[in-house]
Order: sequence, then C-alpha cells, then structure tokens
Amino acid sequence: MSEPMVKAEQVHKSFGRVEVLKGISLQVKPSEVMCLLGPSGSGKSTFLRCINHLESIDAGRLWVDGELVGYRQSGDKLHELRDSEVARKRSEIGMVFQRFNLFPHMTALENVTQAPIVVRRQPKDEARATARALLERVGIGEREDSYPAQLSGGQQQRVAIARALAMSPKLMLFDEPTSALDPELVGEVLDVMRQLARDGMTMIVVTHEIGFAREVGDTVVFMDGGVVVETGVPREVFAGPRHERTKAFLSKVL
Amino acid sequence: MSSTGATVPQDTGRPEEIRAVPVRHPGRWVAAAVVALLVAIAVHSVATNPRFGWGTFGDWFFDSRILKGVLVTIELTVISMAIGIVLGVLLAVMRLSPNPLVATVSWVYVWAFRGTPVLVQILFWSFIAALYPTISIGIPFGGPEFAHGSANAIITPFVAAILALGLNEGAYMAEIVRAGIISVDEGQTEAAHALGMTRLQVMRRIVLPQAMRVIIPPTGNETISMLKTSSLVSVIAYSELLYSAQLIYAVNYRQIPLLMVASVWYIIMTSVLSVGQYYLERHYARGASRALPDTPLQRLRRNVLSYQRNPGAGPGIGGF
Repeated sequence: MSEPMVKAEQVHKSFGRVEVLKGISLQVKPSEVMCLLGPSGSGKSTFLRCINHLESIDAGRLWVDGELVGYRQSGDKLHELRDSEVARKRSEIGMVFQRFNLFPHMTALENVTQAPIVVRRQPKDEARATARALLERVGIGEREDSYPAQLSGGQQQRVAIARALAMSPKLMLFDEPTSALDPELVGEVLDVMRQLARDGMTMIVVTHEIGFAREVGDTVVFMDGGVVVETGVPREVFAGPRHERTKAFLSKVL
Repeated sequence: MSSTGATVPQDTGRPEEIRAVPVRHPGRWVAAAVVALLVAIAVHSVATNPRFGWGTFGDWFFDSRILKGVLVTIELTVISMAIGIVLGVLLAVMRLSPNPLVATVSWVYVWAFRGTPVLVQILFWSFIAALYPTISIGIPFGGPEFAHGSANAIITPFVAAILALGLNEGAYMAEIVRAGIISVDEGQTEAAHALGMTRLQVMRRIVLPQAMRVIIPPTGNETISMLKTSSLVSVIAYSELLYSAQLIYAVNYRQIPLLMVASVWYIIMTSVLSVGQYYLERHYARGASRALPDTPLQRLRRNVLSYQRNPGAGPGIGGF
C-alpha cells in the first residue's frame, strides 16, 4: 500500500461554540477521487478548507503527503508554521471554489500566470506558455485575453481550474465547483474534472452531482452533522446505503 | 369567460412603429424661464459691475508672481498628497493588522489628526521650534547623535506646510484606503492564499489593485480639496497662490480683481484634476464591467466619423 495523500485522524473544528467537525477520520490514496456528499451545514466545505489550512483545526491530526498540515512536530510539541511555510505548502494543493474567485482585474491568462510568476518566480514567458497550454486543455484557449466578467460561469470555473493546475499541484480540492452554475454549463466543468481524474490527479470533491460521484468517484463519503456517516465505493453506497441518514439524503437528491 | 380565440399574428414582419402624442410638461417651461432670468441677472451684474476690475484682472492674470504662486500651489499639493497617500496606505494596513498595539497606534493617529483643524496644525508646525528648539538624529534615550540642527533652520515654512498638509492628509487617506481594502471580496484573499501567496503578496497583487477602484474617486476628491486647502498655508506667509495674490493687493489695494485671479487659477487647476481623475477611474475599472464606456474624446471622434460616412443620419445613439 502506498502512503496516503491525505490522512485525517479525529479532526475537530469549532466556530465559536458551534462544533462543525466532530472527529473526521479518513484517507485518500494518490490518484484517488473522493467525493464528499451530505446536506449543507454538514461540514464538508469546512473539512476541505482545513486540508490547505484556510481553517486551522482544533483537535486531531491532518496530514497531506505525509506532512502535518499547519504545524511542525518536534518531540511531543506542536509548533505553528510560519506564514511563508504555510504558503509554500498551499502552493502544492490546488483549490477550486464554488464562486470561482477569479481575480477580476486580470485577464484569463494573467489569472493563470499570476501564482507561478509571483510564488514560484517562474520566468514570464515560461509561465505564459504553460498557461496557454492549460487554457487550451480546459477548452478556452481563444478567450485568454478576456476578463472574468466577460466570461460565462462555466468558462470562469474552467479558468479557475487552469489557474490551480498552473502550480502543478499534487492534490486538487473542489468546493462545490458546479453549484453556482446554470444547469447547461455544469457539463463543461464536469468534463474537465473527469479528464483530470483520468489523468491520475488526486482529487477531493465536495459536490451535489450524484451522477459525477457515481461515474468518476473512487470513494464517496457521506457526511452529516460534522461526522462521517458512511464511506464506500459509489456503486455500493448509491445502490444500497446502509445508514438511515444516507438513505434519506439520497432519496431526496437521486 | 367568453372564449376568444387567440389571434396569431399573420405576417411575421415588424409591427407598425408607435406614433403617440407626447405628454406636455408646462412646469418644465416655467422652471426653465425662471432659471434663465436668474442667470441673465447674474451675468449682467458681473459684466457691468466695474468694481470687478476685469481690466486689472487681465493685467495680473499672467504676472510672474502669480504664476510662481500657481507652481508653488501645485508643488505643495503633489508633495502633500504623496505623503498623505503613502502614510494612508501604511496606516490602513496597520489598522487592519492582527497586532492590537499596531492597530491602536493607527487608530489614535487618525483620531488626533482628523480631530483637530488643519489650520491649527499648520500653525503648530510653524511654531514647532518653541517645542523642540533643536532637532537631532541619533540613538534615542541619551545615545550618540549623528546630526543635529536648530529647528528654525530645518522646519522652514515650506517644510512646516508639507508636514502639516501631508500628515493631516494621511489620516483621511487611511480611512479611504481602509474602506477600499475592506470592499474587496474575502474570496479573493482566500483564492490567493490557496495559490500559495503570502500575506504581503496577496495585499500587493490582489487586494490593493482591486481596492483602487474604490480608493480612486475619493482620492481625486482629496487631491482637489488639497489644492484648495493649501491656500491655508498663506497664514504662515508661504507664498503659494493665495499669498502671492495677497502680497500684490497689499500694495495696490485691488483686492477683488486679485482674488478673482487666484480663484480662476484654482478653478483651472481643479478642472484639470477632474479630467485626470476621469481617466484614472476608467483605467482601474478594468474587469469590473464587461465593456468600458467610451471617453468623451472617443465618443466625439466616433460621432464625427459616422457623420462623415453617413451625412444626414446624425450622431448615432448608443450601440457599439
């Protein structure tokens, strides 16, 4: 068995007095596609944001590629990582947001080249060449000079995926990537993600697209109320959910 | 409940243009007449009142002392705004710092400098020698000194003026910059952090450029305001535009024409600034809207061109 790409052990997280994650434990193997399902407020997005330390966890342990997230362990003491160390680790994890969050003051191409130039100090020509190839790959090569406001939601989200890929991440996090899209635009984003999965990218996808989870997911995790209710191969979970909560949720979305 | 068969339009062509009798607006005509009368009275009084001294106005408008004053006013405005903007950005970032001491110092600065009249601050800086007779650079608390001199020699009226105007402006700019920073969607910061940018990189590359769209319009206002506020420096006998005019009328007693000279120069300068602000705002609107509106010059050129190509059609309305 290879080392897991992501490993969570009893992860807890509270916002004020509300405990959002109540002990999440799971593992994601390299090249695995894990889909997180569950009702809103179940903690899926929060857990995803913990993985690249956009949120810090209160208890438990979280590793990415064998390294602790947000902390360094020496002996039995945990040391918080410095801003620059956290940034370096984040640069190896791609993230795609529900609301795209493209930089509105930059063209599609500049959105994609920004991080490689600023964070990795890549030469501009090189970054531009890579970015053009990536935009081509997600199918918007001809719109590289457009500003985000001039693109459709589906196109924006594909630029956002290209922007994340430009840092050659070893792991991609998708936070409800199609939830803000018009129904007829969902397909084009899912196509890109499907291709990415086929190319062997390790992906954690928070989604409501059951069809996508069934087809592309290697594992589905059903979360509710801050805990993992059920985990399994999509075929089995969707055909015969063992848990009442899963059954109730699936009967509504299927 | 009658069953009317829905009539399907037979021909697929465009229906007839609507030709309706326009609504009459008698109130608008009355208002226009009243305003026109008032304007006529004002213009007549300005043109015929000899005490405006339009001849004197013409004699002094391009006088070298006035022109020098104009230059000094521009110089004061540019330097003070530069100090104000740099200080404002610094104070705004400090105010948003997670360090409570740093945030509080910024708050107290803004409180003190915004809470006292700028005229008082100008006088204060001009009398600074009474507070600190000598100024030195060195290690504080009794350490060695590297340089030192009398405050009266260092704080000239010019230095006092830019210190007062610049430090005061910093307090206002801090609030403007802070509003701009806060206006940027949090998702932007998150996306930039997720890409591996550090706090500083996020601020410089992502947040501040977007904040500019919110910061520019009030900063333009501040610059125009600064141009006029700089006239207060006349109280410490520094010859900017107003004081230059005052020096002249102190000799020839033609107060009104000379104040008109200064006023017209001020209005020319603020007009130029307004045009500059328009183009600056346009530049930072990139990406905020799908298509930038034409500048007045572009609109003029397009209308003239379309008229040349198609005379008689008149200037087009809207469209691309």
